[in-house]
Order: sequence, then C-alpha cells, then structure tokens
Amino acid sequence: MNALSIKGLTKTYQGGTQALRGIDLEVKQGDFFALLGPNGAGKSTTIGIVSSLVNKTHGDVNIFEYSLATQPVEAKSCIGLVPQEFNFNQFEPLIQIMLNQAGYYGVPKKVAKPRAEKYLKQLDLWDKRDTPARQLSGGMKRRLMIARALMHEPRMLILDEPTAGVDIEIRRSMWSFLQEINQQGVTIILTTHYLEEAEMLCRNIAIIDKGVIVRNTSMKALLATLNIETFVLDLSRNVSAISLDGFESRLIDEHTLEVDVPKEAGLNSVFEQLTKKEIQVLSMRNKSNRLEELFVRMVESGRASTSDNTTTDKVTGDTHE
Amino acid sequence: MNNLAMVALTTMWRKECLRFIRIWIQTLLPPAITMSLYFVIFGNLIGSRIGNMGGFSYMEFIVPGLIMMAVITNAYANVSSSFYSAKYQRNIEEVLVAPVSNWIIIAGYVGGGVARGMLVGIIVTIVSLFFVDIHIHNVLIILITLLLTAILFSTAGLINGILANSFDDVSIVPTFILTPLTYLGGVFYSLSLLPEFWQWVSKINPIIYMVSGFRYGFLGVSDISFYLSLSILVGFNAVLLAWAYSLINRGVGIRS
Repeated sequence: MNALSIKGLTKTYQGGTQALRGIDLEVKQGDFFALLGPNGAGKSTTIGIVSSLVNKTHGDVNIFEYSLATQPVEAKSCIGLVPQEFNFNQFEPLIQIMLNQAGYYGVPKKVAKPRAEKYLKQLDLWDKRDTPARQLSGGMKRRLMIARALMHEPRMLILDEPTAGVDIEIRRSMWSFLQEINQQGVTIILTTHYLEEAEMLCRNIAIIDKGVIVRNTSMKALLATLNIETFVLDLSRNVSAISLDGFESRLIDEHTLEVDVPKEAGLNSVFEQLTKKEIQVLSMRNKSNRLEELFVRMVESGRASTSDNTTTDKVTGDTHE
Repeated sequence: MNNLAMVALTTMWRKECLRFIRIWIQTLLPPAITMSLYFVIFGNLIGSRIGNMGGFSYMEFIVPGLIMMAVITNAYANVSSSFYSAKYQRNIEEVLVAPVSNWIIIAGYVGGGVARGMLVGIIVTIVSLFFVDIHIHNVLIILITLLLTAILFSTAGLINGILANSFDDVSIVPTFILTPLTYLGGVFYSLSLLPEFWQWVSKINPIIYMVSGFRYGFLGVSDISFYLSLSILVGFNAVLLAWAYSLINRGVGIRS
C-alpha cells in the first residue's frame, strides 16, 4: 500500500509564481523517504499541500488511500507533521502543548497523559515539561516538535528540515530515534539540507527542482550512478606542481592535493605514483558527501536542459526512472 | 457531534480559557477597575446631578449598558488577539494540520471569547453591586441577550483576527469602530433624549439593540422592542458566523 500518492499536483501562488508544475510521487508504506531539492524547488509547498497548510491548484493527494480532498478527517489523522519553523505556542508549557496536540486529534486525556510522558521522556524533555516552550534551546525545540507530532501516533511522519541548526550530537540522537520509529512501521518522509542525513537514513529519494521531480529512485541506485569520487590528501612535504597519470588532480595549497578517482581505477595507483615521487600521504578524506555531489550535478544538468529550451515535461521524462 | 470533534472542541475551548486566565492581570482585572471608575464618576458623582432616566436612577439605568460594554470589548479582544497571535506564532497550524473541522475551529475560538465575555460580565455585575441594588426584570432575557452578544462580538473578533496582517490591525477596529459604536449605543443615555433625526441615525448602530435588549431584561423598560433586538442579534450572528466560516474555509490569512 502507498502511504502517500500524489498525482498531477500543481500549485500557482497568487501573483503567478508556479511552485509545482505537475508532480507525481508515490511513497510506500514503511518507507524512509527523502525529498530533496534546492531552496525554492517546491519541497515545502509539496509538504504544505499534503499537510493541508497550502491550498493546491490542481491534482490529487491520497494518504493511505484516503483522499485528502474528500476524506480529510481520515487522511489527516494518518499524518504527523514536523514543520521547518517552530510553530507551537511559545508561552505554553511543554506538557500543555503535547496534550493540546493529542486533543486536536481526538485522543482523550487519559490516553494522552501517559503518551506525552512517554514521548517527552524518549526525547529527553520530561524534566522540562512545565517550562514554557520559549525557554527551550533550539535543539530542545526541534525535539519538542517531533514529540508533538507523535502524540496521535501517526502512520506517516513528515519532517521538513528536522535537524536544521541542531548540533551533531543531538542530530545523531534524533537520527537513531527516527530510525527506531521507522522500524516500528511508521513511514517517514524527510526533507533536509544535510545530504549526509538523507544518505544515511533514507531508502528512497526524490529530487525536486523548479516544481518538477527530476529524479525518483532508490538511494542505492542513485549512489551507484556516481562514477567519480574526489579525495583530499594531506602531503608530507611542500609540492609546487604535480601530475598523476590517469587521474585529474589539483593542488589546493603546497600540502594539499585533490584527486578525482574513477570508481574502476582504485586508489593504489595514486599512492604508487606519489611514493615514486617520494611524497608521503599523511591523511586522506572524501572531499564531500557523495550524495551532495550527485545532487549538485543533477540540479545543474536539469537547469542546463531548461535553459536549452527543453520543456519541463521533457526534463522530467529524461531523468525519471 | 462525533467523539473526535467533541474532544477537539473541548481541547480548543480549554486552551482558550487557560490563555485568558493565565494572563488575568491583562484580561480580568482591568474591566473590574474601569467599571468601578465608571460607577464612581458617572454613577455617583455626575449621575446624582442628572436625576432619573426612564423612571430609574441614573446609576440603575447605566449598569446594564456598562456590563454589556465590558462583555462586548472583552469578547472581541479575546478572540481577535488570540487568533492573531496564533497566526503570528504559527501555532494555528496545529489545528489546520489536524482533523479539526472549520466549524470546530470557529466554535473553539468563539467559545473562548464567550467564556471571557461572560466571566467579565459576572465580575462587573458583582462590582456594580457595591454601588447599586440591581433590579432584575427577566433573567432569561438577560442571559439570552448576553450570550448572543458575546457570540456576536467573539465572531467579529475572529474575523478581525483572520483578516489582520499586523498587531495594529487588531487594535484599529476596537479603537476606531467598536468603542465609538459602544459609546453611541445608548449605554449612558436613553434614545428618547435625542432629536428624531439622531434617533434614526442611532438605529443604524447594532449595539443600540443589544444594550436595549439587555436593559429590558434588567429594568423591564427599553427604547426598542425586545423582539426586534433579538431578531437583530440573531441576524447579525448568522451573517458573521457565515462570513467567518467562508474566510476559514477559503484559508484567508491562514493558508497560502
């Protein structure tokens, strides 16, 4: 069963901005799904329409086979939303925010109270339950948004940039929490700017740009299309110029060399050539996240196609799997 | 109403009530102080020189109007500021995302405004007892008029909150429309004191009907027939509730 099914979704804002140009998207039940795209690509509009915060122009949205247009109560009950910006009452204590959220979904107080305790404890917020939300740190506010979204135990959780501005320790604990609830059967849809986050957590991915889906595939299949990886090598001595046979390389400074390594070539030859030149490699790291590199290329190639007067549909067709 | 809707409505209503109770110094105390001043200045000091009005002492005459004035301003202010704050802080999204129907959203906010309006009405009535013995002609008429007026101005406040784009927009209507209409709505004088032309002009002001109906419940005398007052109240309520529903249904100010 599809947790989310979107067909022909378009959105034109007042003033004429066309945010979505006919999106088709399916997310399977139980999936951990990433929706990626540059700023202004249409991610938040898509999530806004699915969560009833934005009015669609055309198209159909079904949530667990309930039509959002004709069965809104059933459809909305399946969704938990963690929006990008804090949207709780800053003056209310945490426990009140949690209980109100449960009430909006028809969860009676005697069920809501132990549930609020459970999620606040799981997200390490129980000690702050009587504190007004405005007194929380940024990381705590993010965790509160996740705890709140779970109060009605939704079948699908949508997170729009859930770890923005959160330090790495808290981010990692949030990742493991999300993985845990996904393992319990909750479908998760995630938008993020941290591509490492998407690569680590998500099984399937859609990339959206300028209101169209330019790629919709599994994370594994997407990463498999990446042929070249760039490594950054810290060298033992000063080098003024260097060239490596069979590899493209660039000196960043006298001690730092960047090498593009094709998948089939491997790294041994790079080390052999450097050893012959009596250069030792002190340390090495990937230049960037693999998904990040793919993402940039994909969006850039999509834009190049558009500027070549290729129609929007063609762009989608060219790249859609 | 199904169970989900009932729980959602109770939650919204409780949340709205907790909000104005939490900030009682801003919401419940000021009307008690303001009305005490009205009673002292207009009732005792000036009123003693005015003499009788409509067959009652001036103090007895203005008490219903002053209670009504407090109910109107508080019901209106509660909903307009609460709804606009929810929009501003974006926590209105909590109910928009949830399976809460538009009527429940309206009922929750309006219910909060009615609760504050009624509570302030009770406080002001208690305060007035220190200055005058209240005469009651018909409790049912008092309660019906009070409730319908509180619903009407809570709904008006909701519409203001929906359409407002800044905190200024929330204060403009009470300052430039509501207060003049209330002061010219027969709180401090009987319509019969006005020249015929101004009596006719005054009857365009809907507040005149509410104050009149409410005063009839207390004193048994009124400038306007109670049934006309009741019809006007019901009519305005129907129009404003329909307008509020239409705005929320179209997502004006809350959905892009």
